[in-house]
Amino acid sequence: MTRRDASPHRLDRALVWDGFKALLPLSLFVIVFGVAFGLAATQARLGDLEIVLMSTLVFAGASQFAALELWGPQVPFFTLLVTVFAINARHLLMGATLYPWLEPLSPARRYAIMLVASDANWAMAMQAFGSGRPGLGLLLGGGIALWGFWVLGTWLGLNIGGAVRDPASLGLDMVMGCFLLAMVVGGEKNLRMLLIWSVAAGASLLAFYYLPENSHVVVGAIAGGLVGLAWGKRE
Amino acid sequence: MSLETGGLGALFVILAMALVTLATRWGGVFVMSFVPIGYRVRQFIHAMSGSVLVALLAPLAVTGDTGARLALLTTAVIMLTLKKPLPAIAGGILVAALCRQLLPAVG
Repeated sequence: MTRRDASPHRLDRALVWDGFKALLPLSLFVIVFGVAFGLAATQARLGDLEIVLMSTLVFAGASQFAALELWGPQVPFFTLLVTVFAINARHLLMGATLYPWLEPLSPARRYAIMLVASDANWAMAMQAFGSGRPGLGLLLGGGIALWGFWVLGTWLGLNIGGAVRDPASLGLDMVMGCFLLAMVVGGEKNLRMLLIWSVAAGASLLAFYYLPENSHVVVGAIAGGLVGLAWGKRE
Repeated sequence: MSLETGGLGALFVILAMALVTLATRWGGVFVMSFVPIGYRVRQFIHAMSGSVLVALLAPLAVTGDTGARLALLTTAVIMLTLKKPLPAIAGGILVAALCRQLLPAVG
């Protein structure tokens, strides 16, 4: 194998297809989550076109659910945008952590790949990079799978909405929470990370109770980040 | 400032949401192409990327019903033992559903 073939930033059609297939099992859950979103959005009185358009263009489940909370005949525009930004600010970190592997690509490809960056495919790509395997196929192919099934699930949610009267009674409101937790627990585990998570959780809860709504995500993240900065990892 | 969601208002709001989200997807890469990634910055970002998820989850676990808490607990336990996300997520959802079906008074 040549050096170029072994490089982790390699990207070709076969790798993208492999990435697509690697994220397929998880995509089944994304469909369920999309159905839950489609249902919730119908209940929030969004039109069918708007709901599908939101999933297609925004493609960020947590922030879309948050938007529904603020939705009504009148929408508090700036509050909504700040909330969406706060929840999706983690994408900034994804882009930053991915940068070393995106750098060799042309800017067009770099930004095109980032269109479909989200939690699951980012986590799997980083895992691959961490063990020296190519990860951009997972990022792009996996992202296309997640995006496609997210839109499909949303659309299904609109159409089979009548079948599920109460998503919470079936545990469907926990899809996002359980998914995010699985990502956290599946990551690096040591005393340092445990302290970082504890501080993040504590700061998040304090902000949740005492600071303006939706600030807890950013506050907890920054608090945890500062602990990571203070307690540098010895490599 | 509030916007009417009738007519094109809703589409406008969704488009704005999409642009903000796109800015977060591109922003990290964009900034990094100008500022070199130092060791300290990497430490901060790495700690922060896990913390975002924890910060999202903490209020969910504290304010959630019994079903929600047991679901998260189940996911954590299965993830620690089997180390596979799929069974962990499925187990969590199943426990939440069972809990809410069987213990409606408690949930």
